[in-house]
Amino acid sequence: MHAGTWAALVHRVSGILLVLFLPGHFIALGSALEGADQFDSFLAWTQQPLVKFMEWGIVLSLAAHLGGGLRVLALEFLPWRDWHKGLAAAAAAGAIAVSLAFALAL
Amino acid sequence: MTARAQAYLWLAQRASAAVLALCVVVHLATMIYAIRGGLSAAEILARTRGNVAWLAFYSIFVLMVAVHAPIGLRPVLAEWLRWRGASRDLFLLALALALAGLGLRAVLGVFL
Amino acid sequence: MNHLTVKVWRGGAEGAFQAFEVPRRASQTVLDVVTYIQRRLEPTLAYRFACRVGMCGSCAMTVNGRARWTCRTHIDLVLQEEKEITIAPLRNLPVIRDLVADMREFFDKWASAKGQFQGRLSRKDDFERIKPGEPERVQVDAGIECIGCAVCYASCDVVAWNPGYLGPAALNRAWTLTKDRRDQNRIERLRAVAGDAGCHACHTHMSCTERCPKHISPTAGIAGLKRESIRAFTGKAS
Repeated sequence: MHAGTWAALVHRVSGILLVLFLPGHFIALGSALEGADQFDSFLAWTQQPLVKFMEWGIVLSLAAHLGGGLRVLALEFLPWRDWHKGLAAAAAAGAIAVSLAFALAL
Repeated sequence: MTARAQAYLWLAQRASAAVLALCVVVHLATMIYAIRGGLSAAEILARTRGNVAWLAFYSIFVLMVAVHAPIGLRPVLAEWLRWRGASRDLFLLALALALAGLGLRAVLGVFL
Repeated sequence: MNHLTVKVWRGGAEGAFQAFEVPRRASQTVLDVVTYIQRRLEPTLAYRFACRVGMCGSCAMTVNGRARWTCRTHIDLVLQEEKEITIAPLRNLPVIRDLVADMREFFDKWASAKGQFQGRLSRKDDFERIKPGEPERVQVDAGIECIGCAVCYASCDVVAWNPGYLGPAALNRAWTLTKDRRDQNRIERLRAVAGDAGCHACHTHMSCTERCPKHISPTAGIAGLKRESIRAFTGKAS
């Protein structure tokens, strides 16, 4: 298994996780429609450590998916160069940086 | 699927990806900024309600997701679940509508 | 004398690995080892080779999980990273027997991708003049040295996941023809390679590029085909 395969698999798995997460995310935010109280009780639930950890996982997935996606766009649109193999590493580095920022803010 | 249809799907996927790249960066930055110090519903909604600019931004975000996610899922369903053909494509269309519907409902709830 | 334990696949789709003890020799290649086994130890072993000097691609097999040309794979190099040698036929292709893979689907897909040149000049016409430095020719030249060894095909995850996928070699050849301005079949070829099992199914794992013994990058060619198909079928310049 080399860098490109890892990058593609992370991109795919993070995409799947995001698709599974989003409907719940939309429904929860939609609870704001019912008013601030409904939303508050949802926000209280998100304070639990397990939920915070999952949120961090979603942020990591989003950052990883973005990184992997930028790699794909670079490979498909930019002229071919030797550094194309390093894109996987760049994508990973970017994703980790973002998720660290999020973790620190939590 | 014909070469022409595949070409349009690919184009839609890459175009929505480009827009989403911008949206995601803004969203992540906003969330990281916003969650410092914790938030209550009243605080969040005070900032977001009636904000037309954010309403427009997140509406576009939701619609781009409704295009991007089903097209992205299409090869995954074929390659990992062996699901091909019309039933898979119908499922993906339903998913697109569901994401758009639930997403826009959320946007209205938070920003209107 | 030093000996080497080698496990070799025997059978077809069903079968098992059989172990052999082979004397170690200096500068020994995996093909040398397979040849020794068949000539001295097990005459019923089936395997393919031809030139044995890295020009024909016939000896491609899976060595310790990776598709390679066995005539150009030194035992010493493999043993630097691992302790054993395991030899199996190429992946993603039906097994005829032992180390011999059935290459028909590989070449059938080449044909399905319209991997044949179609010119328009006759012997009465003057030559089409193409300078080697022309940008399109440079792109073609980057992919033109393919000898159809199927190492890329055997290494591709999408070929494993999607039985109809045309594969890196066929698509790479289609790319070199698409970029060749002497060829007359551009639109038909793009139609053939841009469907469901065509260029858009490539997910840029880049195993083909990683493993190609000729250092071709089918991923680059396939990316080019994606752009060409947008240009041809949606009217958006890319």
